[in-house]
Amino acid sequence: MIVFEGVGKRFGGRSVIDGLDLRIEDGEFFVLVGPSGSGKSTLLRMVNRLVTPDSGRILVDGDDVASVDVEQLRRGIGYAIQSVGLFPHRTVGENIATVPRLLGWSKRDIDARVDELLALLRLDDPGIADRYPRTLSGGQQQRVGVARALAARPRIVLMDEPFGALDPLTRESLQSALRTIQRDTATTILFVTHDMDEAFGLGDRVGLMLDGHLVQVGTPLELIRQPADERVREFVGGSRARLRELAIRPVRERMRNEIASGGAAVDIDASLQDALGAMLAQGRDRLRVEEKGRVVGSIALADLVERRG
Amino acid sequence: MRAILPLCILVALLLVLPHAGPWFHAWMPTLSHPLYARTSFHALTFAHLGLVFAATLVATVLGLSLGIVATRPFGRSLLPTVRAVAVIGQTFPPVAVLAIAVPLLGFGAAPTFLALVLYGVLPVLGQTVAGLDAVPPAALHAADGMGYGRWRRLLEVELPLAAGPIMAGIRLSAIVSIGTATIGSAVGATTLGSPIVEGLVGNNPAYVIQGSLLVGALALSVDGLLGAFERYVRRL
Repeated sequence: MIVFEGVGKRFGGRSVIDGLDLRIEDGEFFVLVGPSGSGKSTLLRMVNRLVTPDSGRILVDGDDVASVDVEQLRRGIGYAIQSVGLFPHRTVGENIATVPRLLGWSKRDIDARVDELLALLRLDDPGIADRYPRTLSGGQQQRVGVARALAARPRIVLMDEPFGALDPLTRESLQSALRTIQRDTATTILFVTHDMDEAFGLGDRVGLMLDGHLVQVGTPLELIRQPADERVREFVGGSRARLRELAIRPVRERMRNEIASGGAAVDIDASLQDALGAMLAQGRDRLRVEEKGRVVGSIALADLVERRG
Repeated sequence: MRAILPLCILVALLLVLPHAGPWFHAWMPTLSHPLYARTSFHALTFAHLGLVFAATLVATVLGLSLGIVATRPFGRSLLPTVRAVAVIGQTFPPVAVLAIAVPLLGFGAAPTFLALVLYGVLPVLGQTVAGLDAVPPAALHAADGMGYGRWRRLLEVELPLAAGPIMAGIRLSAIVSIGTATIGSAVGATTLGSPIVEGLVGNNPAYVIQGSLLVGALALSVDGLLGAFERYVRRL
């Protein structure tokens, strides 16, 4: 659990964060989203004390971070950044083992954990653990960066635009890998991005930051359906907000039980956006819906367009 | 290979030169003593190497420490001063340092050692600062975020990543010292400069050639060996 209480920070007379309160629950995937310079990275770095607040305090699992030994604090919190920052002189395996080694794990435990993480993040090229970071693609490097952040099984992980420099396909694959890992391990993740689609795709809750203030905190659907003000509405996408909504809602919510005939099928857990894409690709206005390979119903274009809660 | 060839030439010279008297006599028949014999070439080479090794070691410790201090947050303000002092030190000609040092330290190896150390510090210092400054900021940021302490970050992240440039500085320092140590013979240090100085004073070109050949081969050998080590350190 991470709690911000009246946190403020000024850089050179300019207020970057102003009296901010926020509570992030255990096991929650919380995304801070906002334009460059809105203060979201500064806020994130206060949690592991890379930035010290001028006012207010931050509690991690009930303890004021300012009162905890800074190295112990940081070793207990996973940290991944956009520039990855892998150690060029260390192999992939050694990079992943960084924090467990700092914590003094046994070699056997470290080796086992590294193997586990390589599999978890699908870093499965043979011998990849013994390669150096410069021989990896950008996507692989960030996979290693995420593995390194998760290595010591931290209860809290901070991620500062970790996928910002990746191509869309690689980014999507890493996003879904991260979402799965987060659900399986109930890790609390505080994730910073400027990409609204990424924020809505990943976050249990999203906090929109503008000029050092959290203008709205809520589930993706709340931000789309009930924007707090015009700035939020604009940032969420104005008239295109409904398209974002399709991306975060599953077919399950809108399908009907009648079975349609012909055409391709869409999985019940796919997003409505996937369903719309399939309809457009096939030039049809109705698809079969499958669950575990069995046809369970259908979904029509009208179901997507309809407005309901 | 670049390391091995000069080393072979040095060994060959050490084996052949003591027996090259008749050859030098045939070349320069007017010289009464065509072969330097006051001290054996082996002894001169080892004395030269020992002086250079000791001076380079001290210069490395000094340059490395100063470079590390000057790149820490608390030492950043020292950086311009440290650089200025080192550069000014380099503008003194070695002979001047020797001339100033002799009245203080007397004749022999001591003033030469002082001059070598003073000249050897700058390359190590400069390369240490350059190497530490060139460590990727993202790696440092990640190291801080994961809970490295200052010293551990220096030892495990910064110095290994700066090892290539630092090694280049040490190599340069050693090579400069090999050349400068030759001049030390002028104030009584026993080095490979001894035959050269004596040859110049006594109008004996054979001595000059013998000393120069050995100094040249020694410099190339050390450069080759340290260069190979530097490439090994930089392989990452």
